[in-house]
Amino acid sequence: MSTAPLLDVRNVETFYGNIQALNGVNVSVSEGEIVALIGANGAGKSTLMMTIFGTPRASSGTISFAGTNITQLPTHEIARLRIAQSPEGRRIFPRMTVLENLQMGASLDKLKYFDEDVEKVFTLFPRLKERLTQRGGTLSGGEQQMLSIGRALMARPKLLLLDEPSLGLAPLIVKQIFDAIRELNRTEGLTVFLVEQNAFAALKLAHRGYVLVNGRVTMSGSGKELLADPEVRAAYLEGGRH
Amino acid sequence: MAMAETKKSAGSATVAAGLREAFYAAVIAFFMFVLLVGVKTDQNIHNELVLVPRPYLLATVVLIAAAVRFLQVVYLTPFLVAQKTVDAGTGQLPTAFALRFFSKPNLVIGLVMAAGLLLFGNSLQAAVGPYWGAYVGLLRAAAIIYVIAWVIFYFRSFISAHSYSLGFTILLVYPVVMVSLFGFQGSLKWVDNFGIQILIYVMLAWGLNIVVGLAGLLDLGYVAFYAVGAYSYALLGTQFGWSFWILLPVAGIMAAMWGVILGFPVLRLRGDYLAIVTLAFGEIIRLVLINWREVTNGAAGISGIPKVSFFGVISFNVSDPNYISKVFGIAQSGAYYKIFLYYLILALCVLTGYVTIRLRRLPVGRAWEALREDEIACRSLGINTTTTKLTAFAIGAMFGGFAGSFFAARQGFVSPESFIFLESAIILAIVVLGGMGSLGGIAVAAAVMVGGTEILREMQFLKQIFGPDFTPELYRMLLFGAAMVIVMVWKPRGFVGSREPTAFLKERKAVAGSFTKEGHG
Amino acid sequence: MSATTTTAMPILRVEHLSMKFGGLVAIGDLSFDVRRGEITALIGPNGAGKTTVFNCITGFYKPTEGMIRFTGRAGNEFLLERMPDFQITARAKVARTFQNIRLFSGMTVLENLLVAQHNKLMKASGYTILGLFGVGGYPQAAAEATEKARHWLEKADLIDRADDPAGDLPYGAQRRLEIARAMCTDPELLCLDEPAAGLNPKESLALNALLNDIKDNTGTSILLIEHDMSVVMEISDHIVVLEYGRKISDGTPEEVRTDPSVIAAYLGVDDEEVEEVLIEVGDEDVIEQLDTGPDAEHGPEASASMLAGPLSDTVVHGNGERVTVEKGAGKAQRVKAEKPAAAKPAAKAAGRAEAVATAGAARPGRKSAAAGAEPSRTPAKGAPAKGGAAAGKEQGISNRMPAPRGGKADDLQLIKGIGPVNEKKLNAHGIYHFDQIAAWKKADIAAAEAYLAFDGRIAREDWIGQAKALARKAASGPANRRGGRK
Repeated sequence: MSTAPLLDVRNVETFYGNIQALNGVNVSVSEGEIVALIGANGAGKSTLMMTIFGTPRASSGTISFAGTNITQLPTHEIARLRIAQSPEGRRIFPRMTVLENLQMGASLDKLKYFDEDVEKVFTLFPRLKERLTQRGGTLSGGEQQMLSIGRALMARPKLLLLDEPSLGLAPLIVKQIFDAIRELNRTEGLTVFLVEQNAFAALKLAHRGYVLVNGRVTMSGSGKELLADPEVRAAYLEGGRH
Repeated sequence: MAMAETKKSAGSATVAAGLREAFYAAVIAFFMFVLLVGVKTDQNIHNELVLVPRPYLLATVVLIAAAVRFLQVVYLTPFLVAQKTVDAGTGQLPTAFALRFFSKPNLVIGLVMAAGLLLFGNSLQAAVGPYWGAYVGLLRAAAIIYVIAWVIFYFRSFISAHSYSLGFTILLVYPVVMVSLFGFQGSLKWVDNFGIQILIYVMLAWGLNIVVGLAGLLDLGYVAFYAVGAYSYALLGTQFGWSFWILLPVAGIMAAMWGVILGFPVLRLRGDYLAIVTLAFGEIIRLVLINWREVTNGAAGISGIPKVSFFGVISFNVSDPNYISKVFGIAQSGAYYKIFLYYLILALCVLTGYVTIRLRRLPVGRAWEALREDEIACRSLGINTTTTKLTAFAIGAMFGGFAGSFFAARQGFVSPESFIFLESAIILAIVVLGGMGSLGGIAVAAAVMVGGTEILREMQFLKQIFGPDFTPELYRMLLFGAAMVIVMVWKPRGFVGSREPTAFLKERKAVAGSFTKEGHG
Repeated sequence: MSATTTTAMPILRVEHLSMKFGGLVAIGDLSFDVRRGEITALIGPNGAGKTTVFNCITGFYKPTEGMIRFTGRAGNEFLLERMPDFQITARAKVARTFQNIRLFSGMTVLENLLVAQHNKLMKASGYTILGLFGVGGYPQAAAEATEKARHWLEKADLIDRADDPAGDLPYGAQRRLEIARAMCTDPELLCLDEPAAGLNPKESLALNALLNDIKDNTGTSILLIEHDMSVVMEISDHIVVLEYGRKISDGTPEEVRTDPSVIAAYLGVDDEEVEEVLIEVGDEDVIEQLDTGPDAEHGPEASASMLAGPLSDTVVHGNGERVTVEKGAGKAQRVKAEKPAAAKPAAKAAGRAEAVATAGAARPGRKSAAAGAEPSRTPAKGAPAKGGAAAGKEQGISNRMPAPRGGKADDLQLIKGIGPVNEKKLNAHGIYHFDQIAAWKKADIAAAEAYLAFDGRIAREDWIGQAKALARKAASGPANRRGGRK
């Protein structure tokens, strides 16, 4: 395995109109790692996720994936490099059935591994199997979230980007998803980059973490270090949960 | 050394990419133009239709396409990217390019050219002959436009801060200026063809703006209400001899009634479906006007529609005892009526604009905009979306009716031909180009679109460039379309994409267009 | 329950509510009350029908059956299922928020709050006509509306963003704005759909404060759907738990938190609480209840209704498999296997509330320690009797065994269709190994289906075939399997 990180984000700046959302962000994700990005609402976490995917484009800086510069690549070509995303707002295809949504996820391989992979997704989310022929738009919010993650997994990604996988999911399902991510990472070496509000769970899961504040990375370290850090605790962990 | 090498290789890679792109462009251009430009139909000596191949012209077009694409890929794009980086560094990203274009030295050149050509242009034209003279005229126009643009650019903040009062002042003095420049007879064209024509479209577009821009209901049959207004005035005016001032509100009410009648069945429809049904409604009204001969006189239309008088005090009929020139003791001229009509439509526009602005600040206007943003949320807040939609249809239609009765009075003649679908499309295009919901943007769009097509008629010098067969008016739809494409690419949300909030606590900040929604129909 | 709340009419009474979409039953015969001046939470697994209940209450869906009775402060009564949606807000004063935030994103924050006061302002503006000419009380009403908006902006901590477009706010602020907007309609009942979704712990705390403030200072009753237990348990007075469109539990946070069926179906347990819950759940009564409760494994099929389970509200059924991922359950099994000598109740407890084990399995070492320690802590009453009863029950299946070979049962959950609950049942009937299932004949299948209370599924899911394959695999390398999965 090369020492170069799988995903390397260097000095990336992103603008929405004249508003600067990312301000020189440096993030790297090595192969086989789980990396968590935490930060307050509006810090730019989702923007970074979307910038990696090319919409919006980084106005400066470089993003490279497996040695390829993907900063200026169109989104669909980035996806072809096997980066899959479960984006903010789920973005499932509301008029297609659950099965069709999953097929769309597997379209890169022309459904070659579909049967095999779809079983895995159903093991993870038995609920989706029950809803197989229902239209995506008629699913409940949490089920849509499951579908979005499932669809991303169907692409057999080298890098999985998850934007708030726990959003709107029952506590038990959240645990299962995090367990599943850990498991996929351990058994198949899946590399995961995730954004989470549930900083506690995310940092516990992740090998490393970054803290994003106002479009800048202010802190990074192993998940444990960040969990133990008093500042991180004060800002993101204390409150109701845990 | 290594740096230079990478740069060089990058450069050659760009050139290679440029050549490749140029080739693609050439292929695409070839297939696009092979029938449009490559062959021409003509009559031969036996009066038969023959195809005349034009290979050289086709080759020129294809080569131009390839060259432009090559230059764009190899020079323009890298230049713009580099420029963006530099500009981002200096912090003047949005205006840097314009700042360089509108620099002071450029202004001096522009001023000198404009002044010189204004003073000596005519003698120069005479000296170089009619062929080159046309270019001299073009150059003069370009220089004047540049100077005006320069002034607008540097006073843009002042202009945008006082846009309404500035615009209103200009519109108010416009006929006066025209008359003083060209005399009564010479000003007719400018006041009637430009002034009144543009203002009618402004008013129609502002009326449609309530339905499409504010409430987000896509209406492709707006011209139907225009027709209802026009025929209301034409029929009632000719049959009963009622005056314009009585029939104006009557026409508005009739149109509003039809707006509600159309509104009811389409309430449940959204988006494409709504558009199709409204389009059909527009066609139904037109076909009824054509076929209900007993009442509407069919395709022949209604003529002899009475002129508007100044509240019965001053008349514009030469035969009347209170004809304007008799009252004031001035020379007879048709221009008085046109100028009166100009101020009348201006007043109607002001009424439309004022009511729209007032309505936006009333709960009903806010409910329209909320409806455009999210209908379900509206209902969750206890807003009756049915009545809200109907009021939007009714009030939009009412202004269409007002404009219609004015149109009938101005023309003195109405026929179904004036109310074809193309009119609806043009009005909608003006609303979209101007920026949905923005009165100022829509007014500018109307001026550009309607004024632009009128100006084409004036560009007779184009004949000297393209040959005497060239009739610029015939190309107005082509240019209309091209202009729309360009504007939509450049400003996807129209001229004024931002939205003015209707209420504020501390300061009024415009809402960027990216946040507003277009509605679902 | 205090006397006042029982005597006073609840603000909202949902009675026998059913909602079907084609063949799909989203809510089945649901009844619950929302009491005045309280915060009631509606929780349950994803897709349990919580949002559908909201949509029925707020008129966005017309329920197939049932009655939703709303009693206003003044004693006025509305049957919400008969009213159009906008009138429910305008007349009955029920306001709501949405799971996927529905703000007017192109309008400013202040405008959003003014739109919410539409009906009042509409009246003040003389239905537009007076307002257009500037006569009447509209300017004053508009000023009052702005004042009210300012009040709620301050409460929601949004006053500094009042003139910014709503779409420009960060997620958490948008959630608060939606609540503030709903409050501007002067509701008597506020329905919040996942108000804490996407909020970080700090923002959740602020939300708690806001909701408590609303409850205490406006007298507005609140009904909320939420997955964030730090919000639900903290502020609710009363919790209703749904699963597959039916109520599985109803009570105070304390009651619901300790209800084993809720734990199994929905909550799961934090690692820290494992021991605690084991004690609670290990209680003999609970075990008894779990054992006699109808098995919900036969529950929903893809096409069938969600109502295949029991219809009574009070029945407790740990519908374990539906919400449990096989992997986690597999871990639960492992925990069991590691302590073959453990007393039956403890094993049952671990198996039943497999969520406990799921959570615990994240740290297997610690977990097994906890599990090992637990028999001594758990009252051991009835353990042998239990085992005996289980052994005595088995008849129909031919190849049952008194005990697993070598003291180690196969991980039956590897067979698709067998969840932890079924596995335990099978174990109780002397089925421990894949080869046993593989050898089943028609009569055995019929008997097994009778025990497991579902028809045709064994054949449909080809348990026999699966078991054969697994048995072969186990025979070829039994050691790897266990070692490999660890």
